Amino acid sequence: MLIEVVNVVILALLAVTALAAVRLNDLFAVTMMFGIYSLLATIMFVVLDAIDVAFTEAAVGVGISTVLMLGTIGLVGRRARKVSHRPILPLIVVIITGAALVYGTLDMPRFTDPTAPVHQHLGPYFLNESPDQIGIPNVVTSILASYRGYDTLGELAVIFTAGIGVLGLLGLRRRKRPGHEGGAR
Amino acid sequence: MTIAGLYNYWIVILLMMTGFYVVIASGNLVKKIIGLNLFQASVFILYISLGKIADGHAPILQAGISNYSNPLPHVLILTAIVVGVATTSLGLALVVRIREAYDTVEEDEIHDQDESM
Repeated sequence: MLIEVVNVVILALLAVTALAAVRLNDLFAVTMMFGIYSLLATIMFVVLDAIDVAFTEAAVGVGISTVLMLGTIGLVGRRARKVSHRPILPLIVVIITGAALVYGTLDMPRFTDPTAPVHQHLGPYFLNESPDQIGIPNVVTSILASYRGYDTLGELAVIFTAGIGVLGLLGLRRRKRPGHEGGAR
Repeated sequence: MTIAGLYNYWIVILLMMTGFYVVIASGNLVKKIIGLNLFQASVFILYISLGKIADGHAPILQAGISNYSNPLPHVLILTAIVVGVATTSLGLALVVRIREAYDTVEEDEIHDQDESM
């Protein structure tokens, strides 16, 4: 019962935070809203039994992402200009997409339903076989590093590629020449 | 029971659409990327919600407990969080680079500069 209440409250707070982030034009405040949002999501993950995800989100989502955004704001300035035109078209697109998604949820198994199809095949297999095949108590770790090890390897490839991309864009600094490329300055 | 059973999904959809709205409606590139992150984090909540079982425990095996939440969505989302930060950092690097070239991060001003060239 407590979990249901916490669940409802945290989700409501998430919604408020996200809507506040939409309305604000100070990028620093928007970033802080994102940090709060990630922190609330972390609490949500603890409530929903995903403690490994909560750890990662707390370190990476709240920590590194926010720091990266703050660093970017430091370089580009913190003022976002107000949108001058009425955002009718984006609103229509968003509402239609949201309505389609809500329609899609009507067929979904109910929240915390143990008979949902997703809990019938791989999940129980991992939970039953992991103690014998891998031998560590944390099933999430054994799936991450062993059953889906290639997935994690692919993840490393993505991070490596992103690192090369960031280095190429910013790190290997060519000296700024006045009036180069496009003469925007 | 229907409303209670679907409440999580509906709020998550609201959050997703909020992020989506920020991405398409705001002209500032940094705010767009923050919107993309909001969208992403709400997708994580959707997946973790799907893995929860009533009266389940965290999937760390202990004697005397037999009811665990599904560990598979947790693993997928662990991977997704890290990949998400990688893409975010690349996007923010692009924003910094655009700022160097155009001296602005507002979409319409960049567009005007491209037109007037």
